[in-house]
Parts: sequence; C-alpha cells; structure tokens
Amino acid sequence: MIINFLSRLGAATRNELSEIGAGATLFLQLLARLGTALRRFRLTSDQVFFLGNHSLSIIGVSGLFVGFVLALQGYYTLQRYGSAEAVGLLVALSLVRELGPVVTALLFAGRAGTSLTAEIGLMKAGEQLTAMEMMAVDPLRRVLAPRFLGGIIAMPLLAGVFSAVGIIGGWLVAVPLIGIDAGAFWSQMQGGVDVFADVGNGVVKSFVFGVTVTFVALLQGWSCKPTPEGVSQATTRTVVVSSLAVLALDFVLTAMMFSI
Amino acid sequence: MNQKKDPSIPATPPLIELRDVRCGYGDRTILDGVNLRLERGQVLALIGTSGGGKTTLLRLLGRQIRPSHGQVLFDGQDLAPLSQDALYAVRRRMGMLFQFGALFTDLSVFENVAFPLREHTKLPEPMIRDLVLMKLNAVGLRGSRDLMPSEISGGMARRVALARAIALDPEVVLYDEPFAGLDPISLGVAARLIRDLNDALGLTSVIVTHDLHETFAIADRVAMIANGRIVAQGTPAELQASTDPLVQQFVGAKPDGPVRFHQPALPVGEDFGVGAAS
Amino acid sequence: MENSNKHDAWVGFFVLLGAAALLFLALKAGNLLSLNFDATYTVQARFDNIGGLKPHAAVKSAGVVVGRVESIVFDDKIFQARVTINLNKTVAFPKDSTAKILTAGLLGEQYIGLEPGADEKNLVAGDTIKQTQSAVVLENLIGQFLNSKAADMGTSASSGTTTGNSGSKP
Repeated sequence: MIINFLSRLGAATRNELSEIGAGATLFLQLLARLGTALRRFRLTSDQVFFLGNHSLSIIGVSGLFVGFVLALQGYYTLQRYGSAEAVGLLVALSLVRELGPVVTALLFAGRAGTSLTAEIGLMKAGEQLTAMEMMAVDPLRRVLAPRFLGGIIAMPLLAGVFSAVGIIGGWLVAVPLIGIDAGAFWSQMQGGVDVFADVGNGVVKSFVFGVTVTFVALLQGWSCKPTPEGVSQATTRTVVVSSLAVLALDFVLTAMMFSI
Repeated sequence: MNQKKDPSIPATPPLIELRDVRCGYGDRTILDGVNLRLERGQVLALIGTSGGGKTTLLRLLGRQIRPSHGQVLFDGQDLAPLSQDALYAVRRRMGMLFQFGALFTDLSVFENVAFPLREHTKLPEPMIRDLVLMKLNAVGLRGSRDLMPSEISGGMARRVALARAIALDPEVVLYDEPFAGLDPISLGVAARLIRDLNDALGLTSVIVTHDLHETFAIADRVAMIANGRIVAQGTPAELQASTDPLVQQFVGAKPDGPVRFHQPALPVGEDFGVGAAS
Repeated sequence: MENSNKHDAWVGFFVLLGAAALLFLALKAGNLLSLNFDATYTVQARFDNIGGLKPHAAVKSAGVVVGRVESIVFDDKIFQARVTINLNKTVAFPKDSTAKILTAGLLGEQYIGLEPGADEKNLVAGDTIKQTQSAVVLENLIGQFLNSKAADMGTSASSGTTTGNSGSKP
C-alpha cells in the first residue's frame, strides 16, 4: 500500500514537473517570437485593442470606486489623529504602490485573461491551430506572440489609468464632498509620492503582472483539452492561477522594492 | 495510369510512401508494419474500423506525429529528420481539409481563403483578390465571399475549407472525413469536387472516409486499415470482389463477422442467473 | 485585415490615455516637478550621534531644502559619524556654518538644518563643516531630566534637614 502511494506520488510529481517544463518551454518560445510580433505590428495593435480598450470601462469604474472608498475610509481614521489633510497622500500611495497594479491585474485576469484562454482553447478545439500548422504557419508566431505582446503593453497603461482615476475619485470625495482643503490635499500628496520610488515601482509591478497574467492565460488555452469541458476548466484555472501568482509576486516585489 | 516506361526518363519516386511504419501514443501501438505507396495523380481512399488508425496515418503524412519505427517519405524525402523550416516547405506543397472545416472563425470566407496567400506570398492585393475568387469559384461559393463562418452551413464551410486548402496550388490534398454529416446533395457535390479538382489541377488526394458508396465511385485505389495493419489494398472493384471475411463484412456492411457484434462479456447464463444450480 | 484601420485609431487613443494617466501620476501626484536635477557640490560633517538620520534625508536651511544626505559612515579614527552632504551649487554657505540634526514635527523624520555663520569665505567642495550639533537622544534627555529633578530635591531636602532634625541626631 505504501508502495502504491509512493508510486502515485512519483507519477504526480513527474506530471507536475513535465507541466512546468512545458510551461517554461512555451514561455521561452514566446519570448523568441516577440520580434515577429513587433514587426507585424498590425496584429499586436489589434490585440492591444481587444485586451486594453475593451477593459477600459471596467478598470475606469473600478478605479473610481476604489478611490472613493479609500478617501472615505482614510478620512474616518485620519481625522481622529487630526491628520485629515493627509488623506490625499494616503489615497495616492495606496493606489500607486499597491492597489493600482494588483487590482488592475486581478480585473485584467478576469476580463481579458479568460477571453484569451477561451479564444485559444476554442481555436484548439476547432482544429484551427492544427490547420494553421498544416498551412505552414507557426501558430505561436501568428496567434500567440501578438497576444502576449498586446497584454504586456496594455497592462501598465491600464494600471496607470486605474491609479489616476482612483486619485481623482479620492479628490472628489475628499474635497467637494468632505470639505478638505484642495491645496493641502495636493501638496501633501506631492510631498510624499516619489516619482521613481513610488510611481516607477508601481509601473514595474504592473509590467511584471502583465507578463504573468497574459502568459498564464495563453498557457492555459494552449494546453487545454480540446473539448468544451476542457475549455471551461482552462478559463477557471486562468483566473485562479494568475490571481495567486499576482498576489505572490506582489509580496516578493514589495519586499524587494520598498524595504529600506 | 500505367504508361509504358521509357528507360531514358528517370523514374520519379511515388509522391507518398510509407515503409514499415510503426506508430502509437505512449504504450498503445496504433499502426504496425504499414507499407503504402501512392503515385501522383491518384485518389486513394483509406477505409477501416473506427479507431483503426486511418486518421493516425493521415497525421503521419503531414508529420503531425512521428513514427517510432520506419519511414514516411514525401516525394522521396524522409519527413522525420526535417527542421521546422524544411517541414514548413514540405507542408506548403500539401493541402489539408479537416473534418468540420477548421475555418478561422474571426475571418470572413474571403479572408479565410486569402490567409495562406497573405502569409506565404507577397502578391499585391488585386492579384490576391483574383486568386481567392478563382478558388471560391472552383467550389461554387464565389457569391458567399463576405459571409462569416458562423453564417454558413456545414457543407458550405467544408467547401470554403477546400478552397483554402488549394489556395497555394498544392501537389497533394489530404481529406479527413470530408463526407461526415452531409446531406445527400452536399455529399454528391463534395465527391464530385474532390474528383474534378484532382484531375483538373493534377493533384494527388488521400481521403479518410466511412462513406463507401460515394468514395468507391471516385477513388482510383482503396486501402483498408484494421487492427493497425493494411488488410486489403487495390482498386474499388478488387475490394468489392474480395474473399477476405473482414473485407467482406466491411464492404457488405454486415453487423457480425470478424468484427464481433457482442463486446466481450460474461456468459449469458451468469448475468441472468439461469442455467447454474441455485 | 481590412477593419484594422478603425482598431488602430482606438488603440492610439488607449495608448495616449494610458500615457496621460502616467504623466498625471508623475506630475500631479508625484514630485517630478520639484525634483532637483541641479548640479551639486559635496561637503562633509562629523556628528557624535546621528540619531535616526538616513541617506537621502533633506538638508534644509530656513526650512527650504538646499541639499540631500548622500551617505553616512562611521569613522573609527575619530570615533564619530561622517556624513557626506550634496549641496545645490546655487547656494553658498560660509565656512563656519552650523549643521544640526533636527526632527520634522514631533515624531517625524530627521533632517539636517544648516545655519549660516559669519565667515567671509564660503564652503567649497571637499570642505568639512566644523560646528555640528548631534541628534537629541531620548535616553540622555530623560537622564538629564531625572538628574535635574534629583538636584532640586537634594537642595530642598538639605534645607529641610537643618531646621527639622537637629534634636534627633545621635
């Protein structure tokens, strides 16, 4: 019985390792084909449209409401210590350093990631990718690499929009609604938010998250079972795996960037 | 078909040849000891039981899978050691028609047929337009050029896929179950198209199919695959006259014969509790 | 391929929007406008105790930022902390200026405050500021407070003993 358990453990480990190996291989293959994606920019910019523009509305609305809530919650706590004027600084730092990149990545995984996975999975199920191979066109180059580059370009821009809209939302709640002095709001913020340390690191984070989420989505679609159940399982896995990866990477990046 | 061999002209190798091929997935061997030759200009029909290995053979021809033993030769060239570039060069000389068409769902009918031309040639737009319309005309769908794949029927989708498969004027076309699920009219159209295009364009065709009636009418040679081997090869007439019991069962569509009707099971008495003392 | 032209315009809009958002973050929310890229010159200052001073801390005079702390090292020949300061080339201080380590607010970050002296000659690159005041260390402050309180009690106790206890002394 123990032998049975051990052999199953060994087989499971071997399967996991071969899955990880396949994933790593796909990642390297995509990196190698990024040059083509740049040269055939029409394909990539179409993908930026599908992944970026179509996510703008959800990102914008979410950013606005997150900004509202941050300002509200921040005010309730700060005014107990007489520091209500620092609410702008609080909103800006929270968004730029953490919430902007992370929440945008999670929303991106849910909206754009699942659509990527489903699209690739359905193409696989309908033999479109095999047909392309038989027509001597490399599907990695023609289909996957432009989507990879499109996601990498779209994510930092979306995260920037999220943070900017969130700050404006915070201003809307803090200044017209609560009545904090606008000058103090902005000057406290500008005094505390460093362009390179805060905004810059946030952009780096969102770039890393963009690579992660887009790659996970493409991998799940590429390696899914070519059946309806396979595609639906793959889309679920995209959301779960990329969300966990984003949160784990966020911890690592924050520890690296913001430790003094 | 059998011309006098002129000794001064060097013999051209058969377009497709399989030599002693064995192939499988993991531990399962699907094909074993398969030998096949296909001369240019011929239509070969591959028939056999489901799961017998017909589609696997088709995949070997395009090197979607590789044999574990033996050689797959295209125009005298072994496919197995080819690099990706060399393989793509070979594949450009082939066209493949998938079972349900495998059209790109985000492109229109016109764009689907234009796809190989755009990817592999640098022809100017007007020329591409003319070529695409000619191919669509050959399959009778020139008027449907702006429809999307979701707007056309299954039979029409397969015809568009055929137009796409011949877009680059290949030397060989591989058909994976082209008649599956078609109504009688579309079936007749498809069979007619396969034969006419083969002759008009000087193609060589390999058809994997279950449809014996239509296929025997258009095929030059038939090969039957069962249990991983080629059990019969010849002209349609030769197979219909065969005395082999497996071929007879298949061609005659008999329910029981070498392929048993009952799947392996316990004796009837045990399952229904009769016969044994109780 | 044909309808990519209308996609192109929207993609351009999206990229511009993203770039504008990042620019907004850098300028309005961040301190890009107040970043100092001016040339600087380097001077040194020695302190007995730097307290909580960190590199990149501000160097202010009259409350205005005039430079940044570049590095802090311990010099084991003089057993003091040696602080390297980058001052903006646009400001000049006399050679006998004083550098004090001050705290912004009550419990805020520490910075260096420069008070100008009266010398005619100014600090140049490589000079050392001679007059310095170390950071206030809380324990020393409490110790001082306790000592002064004990001293007060000692004087009042001694004046009390002479009047009250003369009879009971053995």
